[in-house]
Amino acid sequence: MATKGKVTGIVSNLVTVLVDGPVGENELCHIKLGGTDLLAEVIKVTGDKASVQVFESTRGLKNGDEVTFLGRMLEASLGPGLLSGVYDGLQNDLTTMEGVFLKRGEYTDPLDHGKKWDYKPLANVGDKVRAADWLGEVQEGWLPHKIMVPFSFSGEYTVKSMAPAGSYDIDTSIATLTDENGDDHTVTMVQKWPVKVAVKAYAEKPRPGKIMETGVRIIDTFNPIAEGGTGFIPGPFGCGKTVLQHAIAKQGEADIVVMAACGERANEVVEIFTEYPELVDPHTGRKLMERTVIICNTSNMPVAAREASVYTAMTICEYYRAMGYRCLLLADSTSRWAQALREMSNRMEELPGQDAFPVDLPAIISNFYARAGQVVLNNGQTGAVTFIGTVSPAGGNLKEPVTESTKKAARCFYALEQNRADQKRYPAVNPVDSYSKYLEYPEIQESLENTVEKGWIGQVLKAKNYVRRGKEMADQINILGDDGVPMSYHEAFWKSELIDFAFLQQDAFDAVDSVCPMERQKYMLDLILDICDRNFEFEDYEKCRSWFKDLINIMRQMNYSEFKSADFEKYSSMLTKQLSENGN
Amino acid sequence: MATKAYQRTYTKLQAITKATVSLDAKGVANDELASVNGKLAQVVKTNGDRVTLQVFSGTEGVPTNAEVSFFGAPPTLKVGDQLAGRFFNAYGRPIDGGPEVEGEEREAGGPSVNPYKRRQPSELIPTGIAGIDLNNTLVSGQKIPFFADPDQPYNQVMADVALRADVDKIILGGMGLSNDDYLFFRHAFENAGALDRIVSFVNTTEEPPVERLLIPDMALTAAEYFAVDKNEKVLVLLTDMTLYADALSIVSNRMDQIPSKDSMPGSLYSDLAKIYEKAVQLPAGGSITIIAVTTLNDGDITHAIPDNTGYITEGQIFLRADSDSGKVIVDPFRSLSRLKQLVQGKKTREDHSQVMNAGVRLYADAQNAKTKLQNGFDLSDYDLRCLDYAKDYATELLSIDVNISIEEMLDTAWKLFARHFSPAETGIKQALIDKYWK
Repeated sequence: MATKGKVTGIVSNLVTVLVDGPVGENELCHIKLGGTDLLAEVIKVTGDKASVQVFESTRGLKNGDEVTFLGRMLEASLGPGLLSGVYDGLQNDLTTMEGVFLKRGEYTDPLDHGKKWDYKPLANVGDKVRAADWLGEVQEGWLPHKIMVPFSFSGEYTVKSMAPAGSYDIDTSIATLTDENGDDHTVTMVQKWPVKVAVKAYAEKPRPGKIMETGVRIIDTFNPIAEGGTGFIPGPFGCGKTVLQHAIAKQGEADIVVMAACGERANEVVEIFTEYPELVDPHTGRKLMERTVIICNTSNMPVAAREASVYTAMTICEYYRAMGYRCLLLADSTSRWAQALREMSNRMEELPGQDAFPVDLPAIISNFYARAGQVVLNNGQTGAVTFIGTVSPAGGNLKEPVTESTKKAARCFYALEQNRADQKRYPAVNPVDSYSKYLEYPEIQESLENTVEKGWIGQVLKAKNYVRRGKEMADQINILGDDGVPMSYHEAFWKSELIDFAFLQQDAFDAVDSVCPMERQKYMLDLILDICDRNFEFEDYEKCRSWFKDLINIMRQMNYSEFKSADFEKYSSMLTKQLSENGN
Repeated sequence: MATKAYQRTYTKLQAITKATVSLDAKGVANDELASVNGKLAQVVKTNGDRVTLQVFSGTEGVPTNAEVSFFGAPPTLKVGDQLAGRFFNAYGRPIDGGPEVEGEEREAGGPSVNPYKRRQPSELIPTGIAGIDLNNTLVSGQKIPFFADPDQPYNQVMADVALRADVDKIILGGMGLSNDDYLFFRHAFENAGALDRIVSFVNTTEEPPVERLLIPDMALTAAEYFAVDKNEKVLVLLTDMTLYADALSIVSNRMDQIPSKDSMPGSLYSDLAKIYEKAVQLPAGGSITIIAVTTLNDGDITHAIPDNTGYITEGQIFLRADSDSGKVIVDPFRSLSRLKQLVQGKKTREDHSQVMNAGVRLYADAQNAKTKLQNGFDLSDYDLRCLDYAKDYATELLSIDVNISIEEMLDTAWKLFARHFSPAETGIKQALIDKYWK
């Protein structure tokens, strides 16, 4: 018998319910409003009163309105057909909704129950299986989609029967499993999983051991992110946060990309719908939309569902990770998620932490980041969830709770800087303040030395040092004036400008320059460092400036040309000539 | 707001603050409207039988035995073609002496558009102002504020933009407008002979601040009627959103909510987003474009109101007084239209984006030269030419009193380049130089 209740208090989307039976933390309920059911989630219980956050507008709700508890938490439906999907934060399919406006209480199924999938079994009768073990496979577009023992099954099961290969819909039973007590359980192609709980059905979670290429030089070379790693991008508005994140989404070396548009502009999501079906994945040649899932809870959609959206997105990543795929989750922006937590905490009249955020914000953020990672599956194969979140710090000030909490949780830090953006130095990632902890991992170092070149880590550190030294020299020159410093200061400054302009800056809108494979990054960095390692002779600082400016111009043209094309070689020989005119 | 037959009436208030009253009542719906001694109020909180009402016009003179009656419905607006040409207050009542509007009653502050049903904005909105059209082109379906100090002529610029824009309807939402500015808008619209395509909802500084909270919802309800039902291109002007946010903080303060940054409510971002995200390009052709004003305190964009706005809107237009030209200009560095690349070079001439970039880059060089000059360093020949260019650029293009076509703006820019620079110094693609260099 389901627990029932009655509404006794309403403040915006926080509703107090007097309950007549047991309720669980995070349990869902339906509040009856006229003919529609509004979905809500329990966030606090005091005696026989439950505080629930409603995922919809509560306009028109009254005290005494009926509430029915559903006995489950917010769950994602996991099965074939998620790829290319466009969902809201509660995983309602936005493409099948009628009407231009979102209707309150309209919930649509995330999966198509009528569609038939070509199924073939992978397990055999008599096999011993555990949660997340692969039972069968269907072809989801280009992707072999594993049908697994549901994550919620605990202990060991014996396969009692398997459906033969054939064409089935997702609700057809494809296997019967017998548990340790001898009870039978049927398995279909679809399973449910509570989004706020991490999926842990894997053998182990080792440290990440290789980098995930993004084609963005300032990331891959200077601050690489690991496959199964975590990173975050804080930055004031107008610094190119979204452009950088879209670049990573388009070019990231991943099998599946889940984009959570969390409390951001709707037109940015429209851009994805409009362009992705046309754009091509540089790694596979398939259309980008074929590897993308969009979870879209824009800023004007209900706030409580905004919080749910990042969890829904993470759960979908974990599901595909269990099939042995490399998933990339991008959440824009986690600040909006934190603000949703703040609004709720505020209405519950909890004692606030800094800037009125809830005191457990750091814990919530680090728990979420911890769900990313590379895992070894029960069958020995590996899968990964790489997570990059953006943060929108109030006033662009990085000393605020969301940035600080995220800095503790994420291993890569890509600081977008107003100053660089003003100078149109894109991507406006600060090369000195940003970091990647993965560069210090021996596993990653070894992998880079093997895949890129011997001595690569040394090259990267050297380049970083040139940039740092150049910045110090620039400060000196600004204080003492061009004439007040020795020539070597100018030379050091212009070497750092060379690295900045010819390597760190990258044109996200240029067909060639936007994607720079690792091989090309290596070529360019080695070339630039070879120049930086030389000593030059200049009569005065004006000569130094114009000589380096010419050099920068040539190398930028190289960046705009197809790698090792005729144009590229032409600029390459211009470079040799320019170098021969100075230096030794 | 028509009174209904089954009104429930109460006469005992339990608590009164400057903006809210509380009483015990039964069967009250969230967001429902009520009247407190004739003053309009809205339910903002219920706790058991205790109901808290936000009184829009303030609680001055409200006694504990005030008569409270509930209307059983949230704020509504009667919509119809008769809205055109009329001036209303925050409650949607005529203030121009004309008759009440007859039409369908629509809930104000209704649901959001399904993001999947939106279309990508792609229609240019020309304004004649080069600082906008050339450098920060506006697109229908866009939402963009003017960031300006209170002494900037933002209302005049906005009225110019509205009257020159090629749109079917203009909806003005005035929040805390001074009576002078209200009359300015009225005269500007009347003189332009454009009254028949304008609808205005106005709250002046003479009226209670909390009433302002209704203005955006009213204006956007009217806008949705024309854009969704009539497939029209609608331009919504909201001035001044800073005063709107101030009103939000008053109510949240009276309800004992914990303030976040700059004494603003923690929900400021969502509250503003709910308004701005009404900007939309609809699949059937109608669109809502929002141009707002956010006044700044001494150019400070890190304050919570402009900061949250910047994260929501698709760019901002920044006005400042320029000492070189002695005019108010659209600042080319701090202004941004995020949607400009959707129309530049596609709906305008091929050289648009290159000319724009070159113009701004050279203006940036002029700023560097200016800094050098101020620090007492010698200027090179190039620096001097940059400074001359900056003055012409500000006068002939950036100034807000410019009113020319985009074609003329591009030609003017080429003329200025030729006057001060060599083709190579502009860094423009050779093919375009060959075609357009004057």
